[in-house]
Amino acid sequence: MQRKKLLILFTFLFLLTYYQTNAQHNSHDEKVQDNVHNIEQHESHGEALTLKEQIKADINHHLLDSHDFHIWQKVSFPLPIILWDNGLHFFSSSKFHHGESVAENNGNYYAISHKNGHIYKTDSSGVIHYNKKGFESNEKPLDLSITKNVVMIIITSLIIFLLFSGLARSYAKNGGIGKGPGRILEPIVLYIRDEIAIPNIGEKHYKKYMNYLLTIFFFIWFVNLFGLTPLGVNITGNIAITFSLAILTYLITTFTAKKDYWKHIFWMPGVPAPMKIILAPIELLGTFIKPFALMIRLYANMKAGHVVLMSIIGLMFLFKSWIGGPLSFGLAFGLMILELLVAALQAYIFTVLSALYFGSAAEEHEH
Amino acid sequence: MEGLNYVGAGLIVIGVGIGIGRIGGSAMDAIARQPEATGKIQTAMLIAAALIEGIGFAALFAA
Repeated sequence: MQRKKLLILFTFLFLLTYYQTNAQHNSHDEKVQDNVHNIEQHESHGEALTLKEQIKADINHHLLDSHDFHIWQKVSFPLPIILWDNGLHFFSSSKFHHGESVAENNGNYYAISHKNGHIYKTDSSGVIHYNKKGFESNEKPLDLSITKNVVMIIITSLIIFLLFSGLARSYAKNGGIGKGPGRILEPIVLYIRDEIAIPNIGEKHYKKYMNYLLTIFFFIWFVNLFGLTPLGVNITGNIAITFSLAILTYLITTFTAKKDYWKHIFWMPGVPAPMKIILAPIELLGTFIKPFALMIRLYANMKAGHVVLMSIIGLMFLFKSWIGGPLSFGLAFGLMILELLVAALQAYIFTVLSALYFGSAAEEHEH
Repeated sequence: MEGLNYVGAGLIVIGVGIGIGRIGGSAMDAIARQPEATGKIQTAMLIAAALIEGIGFAALFAA
């Protein structure tokens, strides 16, 4: 009986979110249409280009981190801004009015660039100057703000913490049998231990790497899934975040490495001496390329997925006939399902490759 | 020579497509021969495909 109630509740929630996303798209459509009409009145021939440009700007806006959490058309939360500019500046992002106006704090003026969403120091008029290459020439304060991405990372961490601490407590209470919503994670944890950690790192050393492997797997997976919700966050499609994850893998590999790991890098056993000299720099370079590839792979995969999805939704506005709607819906639907797979796959691959690198660091050879 | 980077991007996609296609095809062959080793083959296939994909994306961003 309870299960049936839950099912009804979930169906209702699903329908509700579906209706909301649809409504969002519709209103968006109208907005674009309005703009198209406005432009048509001004100049009749440049219209397709400007519509394309608008879609491009929308996609760009979605890919960027932002200083306020935009949920609905006009509903958004301001987020705290923390700047270091000869002293700490702390104020709410509502002062920017969604990047439209200049914000004043302790006698300094700041404005948000429309190009990359970063905060620049300006004079009281709030004009950002661009140099010949199209880059902002204003002074840039050190920005430590709690942005949209940071908020989502905190929320994800909280969800993961609550799920797993609940699961851990239920083990202690029920005599080794898990209970509660965290229980669906148990087979995944076992899978990571039995199929990823033990075969790649080895029975002897796998335990000290398990907590890191589990953390990155669930973090990347959850964050990727959040990217597919209508909240429109793009966390793993931000190279700074994948860079931090890759740096963690690199540091752990380097600092837990045993004697044999370094021996295989600098003085490869079993090859002739001249080859050893050639191999050493290549192997050393390899240690940097491995985490670099990790970073690029995750970042590019997620970013490319978001760009393609947004472009397909943008097709709807470009077609301007009845065929555009179903076509774009079908493609976007198919791609969304693919993205669900990619979200899990990228988390899996990041974990497997990290485990492989840890394995090579912890290995002990007998020669 | 404007627009050559698009040609490069096309070439990258062709290369990555051939690479991943060959991996997928070989994995299918291997699974057909030894269905009991499906899990192991799939893991190895995904890792190899991810490595190629990583290089492909790096090249695409350079192009």
